[in-house]
Amino acid sequence: MSVSACPACGSGGITEAVLDKTSAVAQSSSADQTLLFSLPDIHCAACIAGVEAGVSRLAGVRDARVNLTRKQLRLTADPALEGRVIEALSNLGYRALPLDTSTLATRRDEAGRRLLMRLGVSGFAMMNVMLLSVSVWSGAADVTRDFLHLVSAVIALPAVAFAAVPFFTSAFGALRAGRLNMDVPISLAIVLASLTSLYETIHGGEHAYFDAALSLTFFLLLGRYLNHITRASSLSAAAELAALEPRKALLCGPVPQLVPVETLKLGDVVLVPMGAHVPVDGEIISGQGEVDTARLTGETMPQPVSPGREVFAGMVNLGEALEVRMTRAPEASLAARIRALVEQAETARSRYTGLAEQAARIYAPLVHGLAALAFLGWYLVSGDLRLSVTIATAVLIITCPCALGLAVPAVMSAAVSRLFSLGVLVKDGSAIERMAVIDKIVFDKTGTLTRGKPELVSDLPPEQLALAAGLARGSAHPLSEAVLARADALGIAPVSDLVDRVEHPGLGVSAHWRGQAVALGRSDWVDPEGTTSGAEIQNALGIGEQAVSLRYVDSIRPETSDLLAWCHGAKLAPALLSGDRAETVQELADRYGLKVLGAAVMPDEKLELIQGQGAHVAMVGDGLNDTAAMQAASVSIAPGAALDITRRTADFILMNDDLSRIPKLARISSQARKRILENFAIAAIYNMVAVPVAFFGYATPLAAAIAMSTSSILVSLNAYRLYRSAS
Amino acid sequence: MSILLILVPISLFLGCVGMLGFFWTLRSDQYDDLDGSSMRILSDQYDEKPKPQESTAPKKR
Repeated sequence: MSVSACPACGSGGITEAVLDKTSAVAQSSSADQTLLFSLPDIHCAACIAGVEAGVSRLAGVRDARVNLTRKQLRLTADPALEGRVIEALSNLGYRALPLDTSTLATRRDEAGRRLLMRLGVSGFAMMNVMLLSVSVWSGAADVTRDFLHLVSAVIALPAVAFAAVPFFTSAFGALRAGRLNMDVPISLAIVLASLTSLYETIHGGEHAYFDAALSLTFFLLLGRYLNHITRASSLSAAAELAALEPRKALLCGPVPQLVPVETLKLGDVVLVPMGAHVPVDGEIISGQGEVDTARLTGETMPQPVSPGREVFAGMVNLGEALEVRMTRAPEASLAARIRALVEQAETARSRYTGLAEQAARIYAPLVHGLAALAFLGWYLVSGDLRLSVTIATAVLIITCPCALGLAVPAVMSAAVSRLFSLGVLVKDGSAIERMAVIDKIVFDKTGTLTRGKPELVSDLPPEQLALAAGLARGSAHPLSEAVLARADALGIAPVSDLVDRVEHPGLGVSAHWRGQAVALGRSDWVDPEGTTSGAEIQNALGIGEQAVSLRYVDSIRPETSDLLAWCHGAKLAPALLSGDRAETVQELADRYGLKVLGAAVMPDEKLELIQGQGAHVAMVGDGLNDTAAMQAASVSIAPGAALDITRRTADFILMNDDLSRIPKLARISSQARKRILENFAIAAIYNMVAVPVAFFGYATPLAAAIAMSTSSILVSLNAYRLYRSAS
Repeated sequence: MSILLILVPISLFLGCVGMLGFFWTLRSDQYDDLDGSSMRILSDQYDEKPKPQESTAPKKR
């Protein structure tokens, strides 16, 4: 099917093999992998049975299992079957979105499980010890009390030694690096509480703080666990981009050779077969047709190319095989430069200090200071070491990092869960904090505010549409797909009696139908003498001598006008940043009163423009050319239909492509931030009351237990308010 | 109060049993999909025994 200018280069056989190898996606062997899909519409037993049965029927699919709580489908299959699975699901009536295991709602990991286990141990131990402690507080005396203390010790000490390990390791690590973190006072509190209680038990003392030590461990582990399930995944956009760059190229020569891209020299000529990615930046020396530049510019429409034109690594060749002479080294290619910029943006972003960290910075030194002061004070006044240590320990326990440790994680996990039920997947919990303070929002155009696919808008009589569909069938060109989609929507079947169907790369499709020559393709090719205007996307259908003009439009998403009205109302100064042509961008901007931040810009320019927008900008985009800019923005949002890598590295994913979720996202984020600050306030007030109590020696174990539990419960209940708020 | 010498060990033992039971439920992934598990009883496909879980760790891409 492809005509190659390089005489020695082979025919279709090589094209197939080369297609796989020069494809930019690093393909492993066709080993089965675990694939994950989000199914937002499932809700009942019939859905489970239907989906599992329907998907298991596909050849090559094993172990299909639906998770109704997370609204996901997990199965084992060859990754290439992903499209077929999505198709089968949509035939059954369910929308499906392929998921990556980096999004928060999908992760299952060992660290989380270990935390849960420690949580379980400390929880059981805490409850049992509290049983015994209540007996003591109710007035057990002498031998009975000592016995109960002893049993408490036997339960508590091993439990603490096992369950509190995460705090000990973290504190140790920080101390060794010469720093203080939240876990240092926590570990001190737990260890001191256990040791002084043991001492008291051995010497028949009255107060033992075993239940306090265990409560501390339990509540703090809870906070730790909640934090764990909302933390950012370690997926790096830069690493993902690197994986997408083509690593092998087909070097032209007497026998075309597949060589690593790094071994190419300037001036080398590579062959790019139809359907393959261009491996290097260069100039076309032979071949013409069209390339898909969506990756780099976001443009939906393929760009015509011919000898002399420049192409970039990452473009997809849609026409006949091209010969490209490399003009820029692979490390200097546009794709590589974008990746370097993304890396830079990522390092800058990882330095964000969340609210929790800011609180911890004040908290840790303050607590240590107070405890040390208590110890010194009492020792000087009473000279009693045992008493001083006990009171210092009580101060450490009472300042209870519990409320503080739960303040942020409790709210975060409530917010993530709430967002999930609203159809927004969160990749990074701290993004919720950043979302609450944005003051500007920037939108990409193609694929974000618009559907990204051209739609046929011309009104054709059914026979002509059927003919066009028949010609379009089998072509991967976006305009052909638009024709087929329209025919499908109207229930018109494509004609099946086409004869001599020939695809002319870059021009169109021609055939013979019932004795007449018919063609579907570029207007100037189908009808050389006809008049065509330049601005709109156009094609023509030729039947014999007659030419029918077909108009296409990249339609705006229906929720866009409401969304932009909201943006204006919220004083977010919405702006457009697009790689598309200036006229189309300006037209859209004028229609909705948007500012044009940039038009016809390349990905690196997008990045710079975003960086110039200040520290609180949100970016909504869907393509590879948006990825760099999205990393530089404070918050990045991607619709579910976005490109794989963009979806995987965005902070938020809108599961059903519904942009109207953005206002809800903003509202929940600002509510979450309010709850966090309220929780800090609760923790602060509690401490202001509790610390003097402990300082002056009134903090009995009973008081400590009540104080800790109450503050933790208050903080959690406050976080729970996020579930109840109207959306 | 010598009855405590019998009662305390018994309650500790029961507590341990409870904890081990918790660990078992954790390990067999029974908390993964609470809504789904409650719905699956409505289908007659798994009357003999529950649908087997697949392996827990997803393979890395």
